[in-house]
Amino acid sequence: MEKRTEKNTYTVLFAVGMVLVVGAILAYLASTFRPIIQENERLEKQQNILYTMGVNNNTEGAANFVSTEEAPKLFEKYITKQLVIEDGQVKEDKEAYLIDVKKEQTRAKEGKTRRLPLFIGEKDGKTFYIAPIRGKGLWDAIWGYVAMDKDMVVQGVYFDHKGETPGLGANIKQRYFMDDFYGERLLTEAGVFKGITVSKSNADPTNEDKNDYEVDAIAGATITGDGVSAMIKKDLRLYVPYFKQIKNKG
Amino acid sequence: MAKDSKLILDPLTDNNPITIQVLGICSALAITAELEASIVMSISVLFVMGVGNVVISLMRNIIPSKIRIIVQLIVVATLVIIVDQVLKAYAYELSKTLGAFVGLIITNCIIMGRFEAFALGNGPWRSFLDGIGNALGYAVILIIVGFFRELLGSGSLLGYKIFGDSVAKTGLYAYGYEDNGFMLLSPMALIVVGIIIWVQRSRNRALIED
Repeated sequence: MEKRTEKNTYTVLFAVGMVLVVGAILAYLASTFRPIIQENERLEKQQNILYTMGVNNNTEGAANFVSTEEAPKLFEKYITKQLVIEDGQVKEDKEAYLIDVKKEQTRAKEGKTRRLPLFIGEKDGKTFYIAPIRGKGLWDAIWGYVAMDKDMVVQGVYFDHKGETPGLGANIKQRYFMDDFYGERLLTEAGVFKGITVSKSNADPTNEDKNDYEVDAIAGATITGDGVSAMIKKDLRLYVPYFKQIKNKG
Repeated sequence: MAKDSKLILDPLTDNNPITIQVLGICSALAITAELEASIVMSISVLFVMGVGNVVISLMRNIIPSKIRIIVQLIVVATLVIIVDQVLKAYAYELSKTLGAFVGLIITNCIIMGRFEAFALGNGPWRSFLDGIGNALGYAVILIIVGFFRELLGSGSLLGYKIFGDSVAKTGLYAYGYEDNGFMLLSPMALIVVGIIIWVQRSRNRALIED
């Protein structure tokens, strides 16, 4: 005699029932948590942007953000202007930092114009131009923010990743890697965009040379490092016309 | 009662999921480059196995045997997503550390292995103990491997520099000590697991198969 649970109709009904129950649980959870998660992501963006211009709680050797409680206040204080560059037109937009770089990259691929957010920060009389970048690592997405001065010399970076290997590629968000970018140039003397390469062979592990367009790579994280070079070159190049424009103005 | 305690204690030593059953090796190799990652993974697996074993055990009489593996997979995947969502909402920093492991938890063969071998044939309480026991057995090995790999590979534990600064050449590094970068790569995890297996079997000869 066949057991009840072995019948085909039972199997199909069970599968359908299970999918409905699990689907309902997950949909309920996702909609309950969405506002909280979005708020977390918003604060994190503010923390990231502030981090690149030196507004952070860094301790020796470790990267630390300002607290989530302070972030909105400090963001208001230090980020004086938020711009969106679209087709060479520069507009102010108070919520430019919420622009999803991934979506904009997809738009560009589809042949539409890409909106480029740029945040202008002022601290101790210095002006920072902060741009978001995004690319591919070994396993998944990597992204970051780069703070530059008006000559596109790097003043600070923050990198993050979705799923790089712990201990290897994941170390792009460690200070010893990010701090190396400080002072590196993106433009040649002639003003041509060259970008920065994460290099395994620059023979400059302590990164003394700031004019070589290279920083020292992390051993064992070649593909993640290449991803960092690629996203810097691809995304920051798009900002060159804007920097040329402000240079000509004054 | 004595039998119940065996469910927890056995997987810690003589029936360890990694060193004896040789399950869950893939994730043990992938994420043990740092101690912190090992601990986060251990806690996640502890939760998923404890709850998952109970859920499967409660459903054991109504699961059609033809699709039981798929049902098990759905239970694991659902639990993992719940963990991920709750962490994203209430422990955002931690959830980013976990991000890389979500997929790895689902594919962890210990979980599916225990569902299949134990929870399908035992009551919820005993399944719960079995889940916790195996997760702890997994955690012990993960933490031992993570400890040695981070210590010898990066010279740090939980991110704190133990041997001094390797760039500024302070502490041990002043005497010519170098971190062994090879420890950070997966093959060394396999070798460390192998050493644990060797030590364990040489201390308890009953574990050696013919």
